[in-house]
Amino acid sequence: MEDKLRGKVIVLGNNIDTDQIYPGRFLELVNPEEVGSHCLAGVDENIAKNFRKGDVIVAGTNFGCGSSREHAPISLLNMGASCVIADSFARIFFRNSINLGLPLIVCKGISSRLNDGDEIEVSIKEGTVTLVSSGEVLNGEKIGEYAMKILNAGGIKPLFRAKMKEQQ
Amino acid sequence: MHAIEKILAKNSGKNVVKTGEIVTAKIDFAEVNDLYLQTIYSFREMNGKKVWDKERLAFVFDHYAPAPTIKSAQIHKEMREFANENDLTYHFDINAGVCHQVMPEAGLIYPGAIVVATDSHTTTHGAFGAMGTGVGATDMATIMISGELWFRVPEIIEIRIDGTPKEGVMPKDVVLYLMGKIKADGAVYKAIDFTGSYIEQLDVPGRMVLCNMAVEMGAKTAYMQPNQKVLDYVNKRAVRPFEVQCTDDDFVYSECHKFDISDLTPQVAVPHSVDNVFSVDEVERIKVNQCFIGTCTGGRTEDIKAAADILRGKKISDNIRLIVIPASTEVMMECMKNGYLQDCINAGAAISTPGCGPCLSAHEGVLAPGEVCVTASNRNFPGRMGSNKSKVFLASPATVAATALTGYLTNPCNLKQEELWKIN
Repeated sequence: MEDKLRGKVIVLGNNIDTDQIYPGRFLELVNPEEVGSHCLAGVDENIAKNFRKGDVIVAGTNFGCGSSREHAPISLLNMGASCVIADSFARIFFRNSINLGLPLIVCKGISSRLNDGDEIEVSIKEGTVTLVSSGEVLNGEKIGEYAMKILNAGGIKPLFRAKMKEQQ
Repeated sequence: MHAIEKILAKNSGKNVVKTGEIVTAKIDFAEVNDLYLQTIYSFREMNGKKVWDKERLAFVFDHYAPAPTIKSAQIHKEMREFANENDLTYHFDINAGVCHQVMPEAGLIYPGAIVVATDSHTTTHGAFGAMGTGVGATDMATIMISGELWFRVPEIIEIRIDGTPKEGVMPKDVVLYLMGKIKADGAVYKAIDFTGSYIEQLDVPGRMVLCNMAVEMGAKTAYMQPNQKVLDYVNKRAVRPFEVQCTDDDFVYSECHKFDISDLTPQVAVPHSVDNVFSVDEVERIKVNQCFIGTCTGGRTEDIKAAADILRGKKISDNIRLIVIPASTEVMMECMKNGYLQDCINAGAAISTPGCGPCLSAHEGVLAPGEVCVTASNRNFPGRMGSNKSKVFLASPATVAATALTGYLTNPCNLKQEELWKIN
């Protein structure tokens, strides 16, 4: 996984739930591109349409609350989001995202500091967010050791495959 | 240690576990619902061949039962084939009902068990003194191969509830009230232990309602010390011997919240957040298009009985539709035997196959733009039941039934006691 990311942000509010990230009416879809094209449709249908690969989702508290549907992080990944930074995340969404290799950074207060279109640089390892325009650095939380191990392996699947091979 | 910690310790082969520690625990029972064909794909991507234990994994078809589209039919088809290939002992097809109702009925949930399912409302099983938690498809695929999952030992908070509720006030009102106080992110990553005199006397269905909604506070799991009513239920059904874990007297909770519900009135969560909770009497009269009684929160026999008691001998309002979906076939049979479904049908209700489709707009009862639904289900997120421009209010089954009669959000206590609206 690349440690340094650079992109523009889209800023969302508090309690963005999995139905807003990926509405129930699209749950039957399996094609990754199609899934990505409906990302955040519960907030605004145009977000996925106008999203540029590598851009970053910024949100308030409890991002990803609600359902255990893995379609939520899958749609963010397929839309091209490089990471999500929020004041806090819901538990199942956090696990699902790390498992799939989507980095999440907890950075308290970030949603009130940034506006749509701001450019930031992120260090996943350090959990820092640098505002490109001013050079100001916001310190988020470092990702836990176990989660970092999963991200570095490219998600839980390659890690699990290696573990099973070892056991054989 | 707390009972939850003892469950985690026992299943991970340890004597002691501490908050924050990562443990790998054996899973007593795992369940996959029909939104999660992805588990099979992930299972294969991780070189899975056969599931780790064919008696400890079930598929439940509840979100798309019976299949409403060709795509969902294909999902069912591939999952059925996998269940057959692996010779799964428990496979609940379109004739069974909602996973969190079906599993306890089948004796698969009992005190001390770790239960993991691909559904966030798996916290429901804390009602039985089990540790239930929801995961996504990839975590589930690793369980299907190895029978284990890693857990961070959670902080445990106490929600103590004392008092006896007034007539017409249901467990759903109690938990909506708690939602309004604790808030949607009040227990993120934490485990909730429900205690107090209200919980000690609460029956199995009521316990399930409270534990079910714990995830709406962000909780990883919920717990209630099993009482005699729980033991009577599981002793009749459990497929394996079990051990009830008890919290040590010297255990210290990370937080305590105390409530007395003696004066509580019927509650409602107004759009678009589960914690946006008011007394029904505080909310301005709103016109409603659809009423829904069903799901893993509000579709049990007690819920449909509460509705039938209000609907019996009356007709629902002309401009409203009422959908009643029993949570399982067992519930449906019980409600038929006791005449509750006939009461609902006579009043004008539409009854559907046991399942949870309308709750998340997967199947049946989807809302058009501008429509309003009052529902006994558990989420009112924007667009949850259909159009982003629809509105969902969460309430008890009694409130939903009273609302169906008047066409307006209605306090069932007022309806019963004062006949405020002279219906029929």
